Amino acid sequence: MDVRKIAKLAHLDITDAEVEMYTPQLSQIVGYVEQLNEIDTSDIEPMLGGLTAEGEKTDSIRDDVVLASLGQETALSEAPSAVSGHFQVPKVL
Amino acid sequence: MVSSIINRSLDDAERLNPTLNSFLSVEREHAAERLDVLSNTSGQLPLHGYPIAVKDNICTNGMRTSCASRILENYRAQYDATAIERLNAAGAVVIGKTNMDEFAMGSSNENSAFGTVKNPWDIERVPGGSSGGSAVAVASGVVRAALGSETGGSVRQPASLCGIVGLKPTYGRISRYGLVAFASSLDNIGIFGQTSADAAKVLSMIAGRDERDATSADVAVPDYESALNDEIKGKTLGVPRALFADGLDNDVRHAVEGTIDRLKEQGAEIVEIELPNARYGIAVYYIIATAEASSNLARYDGVRYGFRAEDADELRQMYFKTREEGFGSEVKRRIMLGTYVLSSGYYDAYYSKAQKVRALVKQDYQKALAKCDAIITPTSPTTAFRIGERSDDPLAMYLSDIYTVSANLAGVPAISVPCGLSSERLPIGLQFIGDFWSEGTLLNLANTVETIVPIEEKPAIFAE
Repeated sequence: MDVRKIAKLAHLDITDAEVEMYTPQLSQIVGYVEQLNEIDTSDIEPMLGGLTAEGEKTDSIRDDVVLASLGQETALSEAPSAVSGHFQVPKVL
Repeated sequence: MVSSIINRSLDDAERLNPTLNSFLSVEREHAAERLDVLSNTSGQLPLHGYPIAVKDNICTNGMRTSCASRILENYRAQYDATAIERLNAAGAVVIGKTNMDEFAMGSSNENSAFGTVKNPWDIERVPGGSSGGSAVAVASGVVRAALGSETGGSVRQPASLCGIVGLKPTYGRISRYGLVAFASSLDNIGIFGQTSADAAKVLSMIAGRDERDATSADVAVPDYESALNDEIKGKTLGVPRALFADGLDNDVRHAVEGTIDRLKEQGAEIVEIELPNARYGIAVYYIIATAEASSNLARYDGVRYGFRAEDADELRQMYFKTREEGFGSEVKRRIMLGTYVLSSGYYDAYYSKAQKVRALVKQDYQKALAKCDAIITPTSPTTAFRIGERSDDPLAMYLSDIYTVSANLAGVPAISVPCGLSSERLPIGLQFIGDFWSEGTLLNLANTVETIVPIEEKPAIFAE
């Protein structure tokens, strides 16, 4: 398994020491989960989520009315950097 | 007096924390404000002045909500989770936020960025995880009840290791609005109680449909506490003997088998059942949970909230460095595993396969629960293990959840209740798993176990 490639996909700037640690660990875990291949699932529909029949039946559409939201000030209040009503980030190359 | 109960909880939390590390914050100021509100409330609310501890991945407006991660270390939630809103409306008082495995990923609490939580029965041992702080807050007598969260056993397993009750309700029973997402198709808010009556009391207040969580179901919420009557005559309990196998500690086996005998004496009928695909639960779980986590945790990018790495001079580099520095090693391990199983060329082999086996695990439960009212298993194959004992071997740690993960995969409710102490005087938990919406039955069974197998001994570290 190419751990460096996976880390790149996951936006993680991992170190050489981490590559060394994760490579055998992830291979071991992937080896373990591959036991699923011994089960014949050719006629099985995949289960997409955890919803119960009652949950499926519950109407998830609510009335289309405007409700209070966080508001700009609160929404920006936890940002590492915010300026003039915007989130501020380093330059995009 | 309401204020003296709350103040006692706050004092105990602060006094025991240097030893147990179960709280990440003790919310004295917030508690004082709530007491003010309560003193101006006419009449008695159902949970009037009831102290409660809350896992640090459940949003509490204005309070720290760090998920025990560096990446959210200084984050203060900007709104209340629905469960918190309902607890407040019922008169409860949040007294603090509890330690946990980072982003709820772990079974020992050793993955917290802010130090390991200690088990009050033996402080050299883990409390279990990921909701270890909430479990310890209850087990050490600071509060009677606490909120935790479950993705694969994170309430039941620490409840078992700490000698208290831990309930994972049916998927959709409690709104997940304001619960920081780990694996959305598996996540639940769960409840710890010193007894099943405590858990029942809290569940009655927070369960039910919430428009802000589309997966919360519109199913009536009974008064769970009033249904506790220890009447189990005629109840059929299924025992999956094949799972009482390798790796199951002898003391745990004896305590669970002994309790099954006692339940039979009380009039329950014991039948043998099979859950042939349960042994694949861990494999299915570590594909589905990590896949969903890799997607859910993409939001931590240093832009809108939380930690941002300082020395990046362009945007992409900022993302990479923020995530690298902000996440701990187990979280990175799971994000990468999830990224791998979802990556191009591997999706069908891993993720799609796991979803199909998940369907089989659910079918197993449907078949088994057609023959019985609840299934009995141990909650955890062992009692509390020593700090450090499994921390270098992720796979061995994952196997701690062998008895708990499949209920999350199927979406069914389950409860852990203490059923004895080991030869080393460590708590042992028994698990009941029931059909959808059978929380009342599970709480009543747990209540019966408390009556017929009482545990008089208290942990070494206990408030009072």
